[in-house]
Amino acid sequence: MAFKIISSQCTACSACEPECPNNAIREKDGTFIIKPEKCTECLGYFDEPQCVAVCPVDDTCVIDNSFPRYVVAA
Amino acid sequence: MDNQASVASIGIDQIKPLDQIMQQVAEHKGCGTSSEGGKASCGSSGGPEDMDPAIWEKVKNHPCYSEEAHHHFARMHVAVAPACNIQCNYCNRKYDCANESRPGVVSEKLTPEQAAKKVLAVASTIPQMTVLGIAGPGDPLANPEKTFKTFELIAATAPDIKLCVSTNGLALPEHVDRLSQYNIDHVTITINMVDPEIGQHIYPWIFYKNKRWKGIDAARILHEHQMRGLEMLTERGILCKVNSVMIPGINDKHLVEVNKAVKSRGAFLHNIMPLISAPEHGTVFGLNGQRGPTAQELKALQDSCEGEMNMMRHCRQCRADAVGLLGEDRSSEFTTEKIEAMEVNYDMEGRKAYQAAVEQERQATVAAKQAEMADLEAEFSDVKILIAVATKGHGRVNEHFGHAQEFQIYELSTSGSKFVGHRRVDLYCQGGYGEEDALPIVIRAINDCVAVFVAKIGGCPKADLQAAGIDPVDKYAHEFIEQSAVKYFKEYLGKIKSGEIVHAARGDADIRQGAYIAA
Repeated sequence: MAFKIISSQCTACSACEPECPNNAIREKDGTFIIKPEKCTECLGYFDEPQCVAVCPVDDTCVIDNSFPRYVVAA
Repeated sequence: MDNQASVASIGIDQIKPLDQIMQQVAEHKGCGTSSEGGKASCGSSGGPEDMDPAIWEKVKNHPCYSEEAHHHFARMHVAVAPACNIQCNYCNRKYDCANESRPGVVSEKLTPEQAAKKVLAVASTIPQMTVLGIAGPGDPLANPEKTFKTFELIAATAPDIKLCVSTNGLALPEHVDRLSQYNIDHVTITINMVDPEIGQHIYPWIFYKNKRWKGIDAARILHEHQMRGLEMLTERGILCKVNSVMIPGINDKHLVEVNKAVKSRGAFLHNIMPLISAPEHGTVFGLNGQRGPTAQELKALQDSCEGEMNMMRHCRQCRADAVGLLGEDRSSEFTTEKIEAMEVNYDMEGRKAYQAAVEQERQATVAAKQAEMADLEAEFSDVKILIAVATKGHGRVNEHFGHAQEFQIYELSTSGSKFVGHRRVDLYCQGGYGEEDALPIVIRAINDCVAVFVAKIGGCPKADLQAAGIDPVDKYAHEFIEQSAVKYFKEYLGKIKSGEIVHAARGDADIRQGAYIAA
């Protein structure tokens, strides 16, 4: 149901924070984190997850497999 | 507050009609150069005889817009804008090293409030600090709230400081009006191409309208925004400098086209910089072995564009948190921790008085050079030589050879002296003794020069320089650079005539990559 940020990869550039349509991203301990219960993988908002699209470091915003994939409510 | 008034008064309504200004800008030849008639211009004259007074007022204290000002005035960048909206193949945001000096790199990012405090602390300590720029480490206009909040705070507390911003141009059109509202006089756009076919090899992607665009589509969107942004700045009377990164084999020849395109849209100054691409920086270009240009290649391209418009040759490609004169970096004196402990007393009158003294010093430099030029003008010779100068600023030969972190390069001919660039070198000497393997690095960096002017030099490096065919000159210690250079050139011509020396062209030189601040 959510994306997560690999903190060792995160440069803390903050680019993702304002792009998130769910306000699920915030700074914590020098890097950024995604609140999984708020993340909708941008489904219903945009064609691609915004954090992934704007992140300057590849493979930093990735699917968090410990949550089931998000499904848009019918 | 007078100063504020004068800065604020350069509003659109009081500026001459745009076409008139652009005509003057177009007629005004490059900083530090002499035009055909030998007439001095902004880089070498004490006054703005051939420049619109409104433009002169904007550039005369701005080290990044005037070659001459860069000897005397300092700038600072505050790193409030970490986010970026594009990816460039010469940039790697993960790499950050305190000993590294290049764009996109900072030691600590600041909030707008911390930045405003830092600006006041620096301005109180360094009265010749006249310019505040926001240059990242990402793109300032991809962080509009942080960028504009910083400008707002500084305009309120230090209104005499000029504000400028450096951007890739993608978000420029949507922010131009806000820039003019905040009285931002100077905008730099990095434009590396005007052809998306070429752009796709420089920019792997952009983020625009909630989508990551790749390849030629990305380059096309970026190009269109850059051109529109530049035109909009020109329409509003905001001075615009264009930075271009010279990438051999990708855009080196193409930059002549870029130069024409930006000139026709009203850019004031063009700064062609060498690609920095050491593999250890981890950039795409660094990793795939893309080389940067040699000193001669860079100078040849700058020379070929100079007929078209002002060329900037004194850019130090500084960090997004640099502080001080160009070529020096005092940012370590102003860390957040140190600033917290500082008593800050913003003395506007003291700053004004200091800057007036600097203005006098600058005029003395120019007068000395002009006096020295008097009997050179009668000489006829097509000899051109380069000299390297060790300086700490103020337009004087005032640095020891072994302490120089860089050398400034002047081209001398019968039309006088002309600043053509600078060469970084690692500290050759630390603690008063020479390091054996550092000298060859220095010699390679100034290998195209006939002489090196220094305030002082030891016996060993002197002998090695002579063996390499470079004349170590310490007789102009603490004198004006340009006056001394003209004097030296007259002597040089005299020696050719008398047969004492035979003039021969010298080889190419290295542009130093990587660490600037010796570890």
